[in-house]
Amino acid sequence: MSTHNDDNTPHDETPGEHLPEGRGHGAGELSPADDPFADPGLPAHEHRRQDIDERAAQRSERTVALLFTVSVLATIGFIASYVAIPIDRIVYIWPFGHVSGLNFALGLTLGLALFCIGAGAVHWARTLMSDEEMVDERHPVAASEEVRAQVFEDFRQGVAESQFGRRKLVRNTMFGALALVPLSGVVLLRDLGPLPHDKLRHSRWKEGSLVINESTQTPLRPEDIPVGALVQAMPEGLDPHDEDFQVEIAKAAVMLVRLEPEDIKDQRSADWGHEGILCYSKICTHIGCPATLYEQQTHHALCPCHQSTFDLADGARVIFGPAGHPLPQLRITVNEDGYLAALGDFEEPPGPSFWERG
Amino acid sequence: MKKLSVRRRHPLAAFVVLLLALAATGGLYATLAPADEAQAETSAQSLAIEEGKRLYEVGCSSCHGRGAQGGSDGPSLVGVGAASVDFQVGTGRMPMAQTGPQAPEKPAVYTQAEIDQLAAYIASLGPGPNVPEESAYDPARGDAARGGELFRSNCSQCHNFVGSGGALTNGKEAPSLRDVEPRYIFEAMLTGPQNMPSFPDTTLTEQDKLDIIAWLDEVATSESPSPGGFSLGGYGPVGEGLFAWTFGIGALIAVAVWIGARSTKARKS
Repeated sequence: MSTHNDDNTPHDETPGEHLPEGRGHGAGELSPADDPFADPGLPAHEHRRQDIDERAAQRSERTVALLFTVSVLATIGFIASYVAIPIDRIVYIWPFGHVSGLNFALGLTLGLALFCIGAGAVHWARTLMSDEEMVDERHPVAASEEVRAQVFEDFRQGVAESQFGRRKLVRNTMFGALALVPLSGVVLLRDLGPLPHDKLRHSRWKEGSLVINESTQTPLRPEDIPVGALVQAMPEGLDPHDEDFQVEIAKAAVMLVRLEPEDIKDQRSADWGHEGILCYSKICTHIGCPATLYEQQTHHALCPCHQSTFDLADGARVIFGPAGHPLPQLRITVNEDGYLAALGDFEEPPGPSFWERG
Repeated sequence: MKKLSVRRRHPLAAFVVLLLALAATGGLYATLAPADEAQAETSAQSLAIEEGKRLYEVGCSSCHGRGAQGGSDGPSLVGVGAASVDFQVGTGRMPMAQTGPQAPEKPAVYTQAEIDQLAAYIASLGPGPNVPEESAYDPARGDAARGGELFRSNCSQCHNFVGSGGALTNGKEAPSLRDVEPRYIFEAMLTGPQNMPSFPDTTLTEQDKLDIIAWLDEVATSESPSPGGFSLGGYGPVGEGLFAWTFGIGALIAVAVWIGARSTKARKS
């Protein structure tokens, strides 16, 4: 800071102010600075080296030009790499590892080209462009009185000439038209529907649906699933190439696990399974991620999104996390051909909770 | 005949008879040899079981019990099969250094020969999956694209999309699959070690396993190409966003501050 500023700082002119009564000399003898809020003004301008030394200025000029030239070369390099390097060439570059040579060259050259333009501009602005401080006073926002009077007068004249106040019929029908026009937009909101009705409560599972292994696309038999296994499955009659496959699988996806029957704590859950094979919806009841991080020793299934944890040995009770409901269980049995089959749809709505779920 | 009978009292007659008898015995032995060889193999097998039992009693029985029936510190090993032993001991997970939520991978304590003996002993206790043939886990025989699909539906929820691993509950984790030998990947799918569910051939066929191994060989080795460069472990958008916001924007702010702070005046103030 320059000394210019120090002149205006308020000086402590009352040294006896904090002394006990009568001890200070000349109590009430205050003489503050004339104007404590005076504009301190700008500090004196200091020159840069480039302002006073032409050789330094020329060096800066060369540096800026060099940066811009490097940018030009990098852009040429970008085009050359695009043409020359095959798209599937993998090269080893420390510390990135095995990367695509084309991606690396394109990124490097484009990055260099942009960086050098920026660096050159910054260096130019800091060393060569004028850095003289300039003062620009503020002006009042409002227009002058004459202009305001003229505008109001013009407006009044326009209203009178349009006969807006006299021709009431025109005015009222115009208000009606303007009020109704937004309704078209409101009507279009109908396209957000139709209402889901009870679609959220039902899935593709129905009585007799075979349980299809997602990996092999074949129906599962109980002897395929040993204790400790986990199988991702879906109902029969669902083809991954179907138009509505994603809509259906989002509700119907299940996982099957097999527990030792004596490990199952929930009797209803055991009854709904088959010899320790339990079939649960794998869609988390929180916001619908697949909760299939299954620990076969603890029988816990985790959701990767918010760590909701379900105890599959205890009717998929929620033991941790934000999920509000257990994973719905599908009742399964074995049909006369020896395949696992559903005994009906889920009793509770599968998938993420919703307002009316209850 | 006369000639023969005349010479029967020849001094060398006994010697000739002995030679003939020896030749006959040798011939007989030769014809019976294959049977003997089979006998020898069985005994080698039982020898391995014997040796394995001895190793087991020293190194494993304190937790898994004298008869591998399990105990409070370790599960029963009856019926886990040779593949399970080969995986657990071959990757150094067993014997455990200390009890904990998870047995981590570490340098193997036993030699492959000893592991084979241990596996033979455990396999003798009850039927279980065998150590797979080398052709069963040769990545070259799998279809990596199909393996990727299977991996995403069966494995990625715990092990991440490119096998970087991830956290489970209470200190457990799904380990990274980077640079894991195909044989151990195969055995892990087959046997379901620790908290991993098992994927037997009935639910995930041998070809499915081969495809998954081919996929991992494509994406989860130190030689795997990462076309974009910094993969940041393949942890997905959260990790990448965190990196960009903290390091990327942090660097931009630091550069902006540096540009503004550095004086260009001729006289330093």
